[in-house]
Amino acid sequence: MHLHRLERIWLTFGVGILAVFLATVTTAAIVDGFVPPSHVQSIDPAKVAQTPPFDKPGLHKLANGSYEAYYVAEIFSFTPHHLQIPLGAHVTFYVTSLDVVHGFSVPETGVNTMVTPGWVSTVSHTFRTRGKFLLVCNEYCGIEHQTMADSIEVK
Amino acid sequence: MSAAAMRAPVRSAYTRAHAVAHENILVTAHVYTATAALVIGAFFGLLQGLSRANAIVIPASFDYYRVLTAHGVLMALVFTTFFITGLMTFATYRSIPRVRSVTLGWAGYLVMLLGTIVTTLTILSGNATVLYTFYAPLKAHPAFYIGATVLVAGTWLVAADLLMNVAWFQKNNPGKRIPLPAFCSACTFVMWIIATIGVTLEMGLLIPWSLGWTPGIDVELTRMLFWYFGHPLVYFWIMAAYLIWYNVIPTTYNGKVFSDALTRLSFIMLLVLSTPVGLHHQFLDPGISAGWKWLHTVLTYGVVIPSFMTAFAIFASFEIAARRAGKRGFLGTIRWLPWKDPVFSGSALGMLLFLIGGFGGIVNTSYSMDVLVHNTMWIVGHFHVTVGGPVALSFIGAAYRLVPAITGRKLFAPKLALAQTYIYFVGMLIMSVSMHVAGLLGSPRRTSDVTYFGAAGAQSWHVEMVGAAVGGTIIFISILMFAVVAVGTRFKNERAEERDELAFAGTDEQAMQAPPVLDKLGRWAALAIVLALVAYAGPIRDQLSTPHYLVPGMRTW
Repeated sequence: MHLHRLERIWLTFGVGILAVFLATVTTAAIVDGFVPPSHVQSIDPAKVAQTPPFDKPGLHKLANGSYEAYYVAEIFSFTPHHLQIPLGAHVTFYVTSLDVVHGFSVPETGVNTMVTPGWVSTVSHTFRTRGKFLLVCNEYCGIEHQTMADSIEVK
Repeated sequence: MSAAAMRAPVRSAYTRAHAVAHENILVTAHVYTATAALVIGAFFGLLQGLSRANAIVIPASFDYYRVLTAHGVLMALVFTTFFITGLMTFATYRSIPRVRSVTLGWAGYLVMLLGTIVTTLTILSGNATVLYTFYAPLKAHPAFYIGATVLVAGTWLVAADLLMNVAWFQKNNPGKRIPLPAFCSACTFVMWIIATIGVTLEMGLLIPWSLGWTPGIDVELTRMLFWYFGHPLVYFWIMAAYLIWYNVIPTTYNGKVFSDALTRLSFIMLLVLSTPVGLHHQFLDPGISAGWKWLHTVLTYGVVIPSFMTAFAIFASFEIAARRAGKRGFLGTIRWLPWKDPVFSGSALGMLLFLIGGFGGIVNTSYSMDVLVHNTMWIVGHFHVTVGGPVALSFIGAAYRLVPAITGRKLFAPKLALAQTYIYFVGMLIMSVSMHVAGLLGSPRRTSDVTYFGAAGAQSWHVEMVGAAVGGTIIFISILMFAVVAVGTRFKNERAEERDELAFAGTDEQAMQAPPVLDKLGRWAALAIVLALVAYAGPIRDQLSTPHYLVPGMRTW
């Protein structure tokens, strides 16, 4: 099939740009670990409160100096409330849901993941600025969805 | 003379003209149903926009999320689908002129309508406030799922009718190419059948569960089946817009299809590549490993290529026609185009919006970059500037040609129609840019109120919501203008000169013949199914082999 010369140039340019994009996100994934939250770990949603680590929601410091935060989402709140994080802490969030699908998003940071019942989501972030951040549910979960929010304070 | 002999001439007098009259009534039913859904859906959209800007308070008795569900279903599933079934029935029937029966076509329309009515009433009654994505374990009334399944079943009847017409053509015209408008329609519906298998399987899980026959639901599996359908749904819309851009728009400036072969190749690529890409809607889902998500990133980049080809073909068609008319250069071509014809301006303004939409789409599908925008207002801005932009505006523009053709009446208030396309464009630009900005500032989507009790992180969002409400109000006014033109044309007491033709553009004489293999739709359908299986077998096997839990349903509204 014949392709017009100008169309060949245009398609080479277009496909070339896509190749550059793909190379960029792939390099970022392999070299810097920039992959979307893709934790594969299931949990019995009826027994979350008895299943470690969700039996003790909150911030926990690990031996290597980094932190883990265990969160439980349910209609229409997150536990723990008003988490306090020391400045510069590298925190890995573990989140699961007791009921329906929720979102777990801290705007202005890279913290953003879906939370589905029966699965554990993880997402990591290093908090380098002081201040009070908003934590919101960004997936519709019911009639009071707009009130499902909390705060995270870095100090 | 026997009674039979007396009847015989009457029967043989059923001619192509009679068939056209029947076809027109059928297409009219589709197009006006789509228009009704658009107007009602737009009204709900207006309420949402004003509510989010805190300009009005939607009463608790008819809450925001019910309005949002109705808006999503009526726009994304009802308006688009009925317009596409109408448009493609028209494109197939007219490009394969034949003394045909429209019985199967009517069966399809009526089944679609039945499903739509059941689903819409269930939503309005407040028993299905699950948004148009109906993510389990939110549990709607069974009538919601059953109605939606019936709607899909109706589209299958329409698909069967159109594909049987194409098969009839191939059988009776050996060696001839399928006429291009019918070819584009056939590719779209083959793709649609493959895509809707996903949502049908999902309904096979949801319906027994909503009836209480099964105790729980596999949440991630239903999400994956939904998005297996949900992204090709987007391409269902886009292929219809492309059908208009390739086949109809050149007629507004006496142009031709740039290349028959490349048009066919684009539609075949869309047929094959539209389905195996759905995981890019689930980049942030747990339970799906990063490798599968990366594979879907690559495949989604692949489905961008036929859009690049389309962009080239459209502008090439513009330029070739402009040169024939003695115009030169970029500005010469642009100025020469028929900007005062609403059929042209609808699609052309839609193409401009698609520049934003395509750019945003590449961001969304770029793997880890999605983290920055996922479930923020950016996404809402993105799909309004795509399905609400190039798709809806091209449909509306095409309706200004289609409605006179099928009703046999002159367009009512053509100046109103022309103004409508520009007003819609401005409204959509304001609304979608505000939404994109709100998303970059972190504002979540699907939320009735973004104030979050005055929290510091939420203060920058309100002004963007005001922008979205202003844009949304402008769009609503323009949709009312469209409704006035559509209804006015139906009752206008002035016959159109050309009753039975919506002219489709011809192909350039010098354009090369397409390889015959492109018309072998069965083979391409098989390839599309294989690719879909390759893309989904892995992630589904992974999920089913991980110990996973069924979740009981909940009504949280």
